[in-house]
Amino acid sequence: MADGYNKPIPIPQPESDYYWEGAKAGELRLRHCDDCNQAYFYPRNICPECGNNNTSWIVASGKAKVHTFAIVHRPPHPGFMDDLPYVPAIVELEEGPRMATQLINVTPEPEAISIDMQVKVVFESITDEISLPKFEPA
Amino acid sequence: MPVMDRLKAISGSAAIVGVAESDRFGRTPDRGPMELHAEAGRNALADAGIDKSEVDGVFTSGGYSTYDIAEYMGIAPHFTDSTSVGGSSFVIHIAHAMAAIEAGYCEVALITYGQTGRSDRARGALNLYGVTPGLPNAQYEAPFGIIGPPIAYSMAANRYMHQYGEDRTREAMANVAVSTRKWANMNEKAHFYDTPMTFDEYHDSRWISWPFHLLDCCLVTDGGAAVVITSAERAKSTRKGGVAILGAAEGHDHAILHQMPDLTRTWGRNTGPQALEMAGVTHSDLDMAMIYDSFTYTVLVTLESLGFCGPGESPDFVANQRTAPGGDFALNTNGGGLSYAHPGSYGIFTVLEAVRQLRGETGERQLDDCKLAMAHGTGGLLSSTGTVVLGRE
Amino acid sequence: MPVMDKLKAISGKAAIVGVAESDEIGRVPGKGPMELHAEAGRNALADAGIDKSEVDGVFTAGYSTYDIAEYMGIQPHFTDSTSVGGSSFVIHIAHAMAAIEAGYCEVALITHGESGRSNRARAAGNPGLPGAQYEMPYGIMGAPIGYSMACNRYMHQYGEDRTREAMANIAVSTRKWANLNPKAFFNDVPMSFDEYHDSRWVSWPFHLPDCCLVTDAGAAIVITSAERAKSTKKGAVRVLGAAEGHDHGILHQMPDLTRTWGRHTGPQALEMAGVTHSDLDLAMIYDSFTYTVLATLESLGFCEPGEGADLVANQRTAPGGDFPLNTSGGGLSYTHPGMYGIFTVVEAVRQLRGETGERQLDDCKLAMAHGTGGTLSSTGTVILARD
Repeated sequence: MADGYNKPIPIPQPESDYYWEGAKAGELRLRHCDDCNQAYFYPRNICPECGNNNTSWIVASGKAKVHTFAIVHRPPHPGFMDDLPYVPAIVELEEGPRMATQLINVTPEPEAISIDMQVKVVFESITDEISLPKFEPA
Repeated sequence: MPVMDRLKAISGSAAIVGVAESDRFGRTPDRGPMELHAEAGRNALADAGIDKSEVDGVFTSGGYSTYDIAEYMGIAPHFTDSTSVGGSSFVIHIAHAMAAIEAGYCEVALITYGQTGRSDRARGALNLYGVTPGLPNAQYEAPFGIIGPPIAYSMAANRYMHQYGEDRTREAMANVAVSTRKWANMNEKAHFYDTPMTFDEYHDSRWISWPFHLLDCCLVTDGGAAVVITSAERAKSTRKGGVAILGAAEGHDHAILHQMPDLTRTWGRNTGPQALEMAGVTHSDLDMAMIYDSFTYTVLVTLESLGFCGPGESPDFVANQRTAPGGDFALNTNGGGLSYAHPGSYGIFTVLEAVRQLRGETGERQLDDCKLAMAHGTGGLLSSTGTVVLGRE
Repeated sequence: MPVMDKLKAISGKAAIVGVAESDEIGRVPGKGPMELHAEAGRNALADAGIDKSEVDGVFTAGYSTYDIAEYMGIQPHFTDSTSVGGSSFVIHIAHAMAAIEAGYCEVALITHGESGRSNRARAAGNPGLPGAQYEMPYGIMGAPIGYSMACNRYMHQYGEDRTREAMANIAVSTRKWANLNPKAFFNDVPMSFDEYHDSRWVSWPFHLPDCCLVTDAGAAIVITSAERAKSTKKGAVRVLGAAEGHDHGILHQMPDLTRTWGRHTGPQALEMAGVTHSDLDLAMIYDSFTYTVLATLESLGFCEPGEGADLVANQRTAPGGDFPLNTSGGGLSYTHPGMYGIFTVVEAVRQLRGETGERQLDDCKLAMAHGTGGTLSSTGTVILARD
């Protein structure tokens, strides 16, 4: 574990090993249903739309737009105390699915961030196994 | 899909005959959560005039199995339901109890709740930060600091503001906060009974998670509550008679925030219409609405989803303190989760207040001629909803 | 108290139309517990020939319904996450029948999934529960210890030697059934009486083969109205009787360590179904431990208190015996991921349908499935029939 990293760290599950390996390697990997011909998030082997398991992985472009965000002034967990205020967000990926993330390299003020603004993925290494996909202005 | 003919056939077949809070309420560092369950359960049975030995159905939620609570209270039930979908659970239990009684599995159902949201931190409670390893939240939201309701709900509120206008949404949130506080000022059990709130105080309060001020967020208190349900027939011989369960509905469309299909619409879009149709009434027939107010925004999105107004129209609906005492839409008359109590899973308190208003037991804040009420719970991250329509003859 | 007239009126009005395990069971390190839920759910719907979009009632335990429904992409109108340990999924059948009858939903999906063997993310226990204060500090933690303490009381009351012999009979007969079930963990591993008696102690009086397996597995059940069941792929196994309840949570609160709540659920479920013990062609009794079977058979009324040893004597419950019991190989030898109850139903349905190959019973028309949860705390019983 990175020294001093005291925020929640994902525990990969079998169906998400490949996702987190991708993040560590600098790829945002998405599950894709080959029957629905559509990507989905979060990773599951069985498509949550049609229920089939004719599914594969694709690599996302990393381009997205902001669907919503907040600016957090009171920490929900001690690990975020030094980050205040920080900007959690939901982004809509170019491939369609939405995912939760954090916006970085933005000024944490309502006037400085807008819904629908274009962002791109950056990977922040937090442990030897885990890098978190965060997003910054494109 | 729910079958309306069948639902209509059981409408009114069961009744709420007892409701109560725990003895101690608000800040209870000397009472644990199981004790609050037991106190509330005993009080609700006393309210009904039913002996504990007659209870044969036990319902609870919130990290307890029914066997934990039943053992604590000394009950051996023949029907058990620990459905846990967050704050809506205890409203949903009402629907389940009606089906269980109708099926014959039990005759007297006791729903209990107890939580020490305020005092937990002192006792090292489980899972203080709400992150359960193995659930998708722990991988896909918590690492980014999306932990707990205030952050998630504020993100949904920001989307609503984007779609329907920030200023009018802000004004609506202020209206909800201030009108709810006015009701709390008339409820001696309310946390903020003695504390009025002005619009300026609302707007000047500190940010928790923008766009939420502190005063957009519910309280964190300690408290318990319980509800007793039996058949309409048997209800006639209880101490206070029955409040009929005329309509009930439930469901969910996601668990964690980013999976929510539309951040501005809850599953209430299904439970509102179903519960009303089952009851054979419409929105305008209701004398009051108890709508889970975990946050001011929760009220806005819920009123629209339930069909009280169209999408984006709730700022008009709650404008000019229309929902305050003396207004023409009586909403959250106990002071709500915002100003009365909110130990964590508040939904059961919407039922308590609705029953008391229907019985005419609410003193200074009593509505005139209150005969038909809706109680509505929301659980998870705007995930699950449960709606009941209750009526007094 | 349950109202028998009302219960009889709904007897048979709902039916099980789909059952399945996850694609793999046993050792499944490559799949997490939620995925096991989803696989089993998909497989059970396929077994029923019902599309996922038709599911409007979701039942589970160990998770909230919204966790599982979101994972599977289902938006239900009825939700039930009643969690009373291993009996939960049997109890869900009773709840589903009431919900369907009330009109809350039409197609109920009950899912289970646990990686008992391979789980990477175990949640901590709740330190606020009484067990954390009044049992765990003394090392009374987990099922084997609690159940072995109950078993020792039974031995004291009814004789150690005959109890031991009964436990050995159960372990060995159940293994014989597992040897006939290709999905069973111990399908290829026979067990002799000597092997039973010579095995190591886990918590005396329990030998290792007195204790259930710890595996990875999922299972699911699809339920709908008897009417709608007629148009499903394999037709109906009707739910004729159902009962549930509990009389304690933790061990030392159990009123009588030798009697479970099955003393109520057995009679209620049978009366609701309008049948008696002797009408049953098969009993699937939760076997978390050999002792669980003894205490449960007596509580359910198959025999009197202390007579369980006679009931299971001489391999009467083994293949070819006249009391077919736990024909899947049970929690002892087939699979036991943690909350095994749902698997009693899966096997009962398959026997009633005639789908169990080498271990198929002749003319199996009426079966009981019985789950136990907590520390002998909660029981759920259903009576199932093939028309």
